[in-house]
Amino acid sequence: MNIKYFLKGFFCIKSADSPAIALFASFVAIGALFKSIGLNIQESIFSTFLTYALPGSLIMAESLIVGASLLNIFLAVWLVNARLYPMTVSLFPLLTHKNQPKLKYYLACHFIAVSAWLIMKKNYRSIERKYRLDYWIGVGAANLSVAISATAFGFFIADYLNKDMMVGLAIVNPVYFTCVMVGAMKTIQMSLAVILGSVLGISFYFVSPEWCILLGGFTAGTLAFFIGEMNGN
Amino acid sequence: MAINIVLAILVTSLATYISRFLGVITSKKIKENSKIFKWFNCLAYSTLSALLARIIIFPAGALAEVDYFIRFIVVITCLTIFLIAKKNFVYPTVLSALLLAFLSYNF
Repeated sequence: MNIKYFLKGFFCIKSADSPAIALFASFVAIGALFKSIGLNIQESIFSTFLTYALPGSLIMAESLIVGASLLNIFLAVWLVNARLYPMTVSLFPLLTHKNQPKLKYYLACHFIAVSAWLIMKKNYRSIERKYRLDYWIGVGAANLSVAISATAFGFFIADYLNKDMMVGLAIVNPVYFTCVMVGAMKTIQMSLAVILGSVLGISFYFVSPEWCILLGGFTAGTLAFFIGEMNGN
Repeated sequence: MAINIVLAILVTSLATYISRFLGVITSKKIKENSKIFKWFNCLAYSTLSALLARIIIFPAGALAEVDYFIRFIVVITCLTIFLIAKKNFVYPTVLSALLLAFLSYNF
């Protein structure tokens, strides 16, 4: 592990377009939600540390409320977080280097979440290939630290948050990432992926609420890819 | 509560980690400048967009209690501010929380 690159990645969290505010707001909401459904502080922190993917945690919380079975939780979380698969495949080929131990990739992939992923997608070119994995671990560690602190903070201030504040916190993340997605629409392929993804994601909801993200995302991404290729991107 | 919380957390984490893990395995065979890599890049952005659209239009949790018209106004307003403010991320994100809390309190 190269400490210099790790720290360089870690302090990306301070940049102006950093996801820190959005990440913090959404995990404060999760921390407060955890408290309200009866988790203790250790369980709340443990959950964010181990899962570190917001929609999955939200599904877990809702399932606990309605008393869904473990198998139901597993399937629902897997479906909503399966987006992490294409995200990993579209990031890790950029980080591989023969000098890095194999096991490190399997640990480093835990940091895959949209916030860190976007920072890395933007910055990887400026980092020498050999050190990209260390840099990535820095970026991921910083984002996970923000998420964990926010969960704890949310847990402790839960009693002071009313319904309107919770709603306000919950919208920050979707708005931030909508802005990021619109900002990423620079080529035909990217623009189509974002626009078709939103439209088809919603359309497939009427077919199956569980499968809509995967089916909509897969159809939209594939269409965007081929249309983009035919038009020279 | 019917089921053990710690078990639920472990199951949630496992269901999440699987996709990351399989992603690393697939990544080994994919070259950075290949067509497949580009295709996966499109898939990553489109599934993220699908998820966002779902969260905004058919939300779970706290957001579900707000009228969808209000959510829509907040997202469109913030997106407009983002584009006017030369793609600054701070204004739209901070404003989104204030605006939605305000609208939800008053309507």
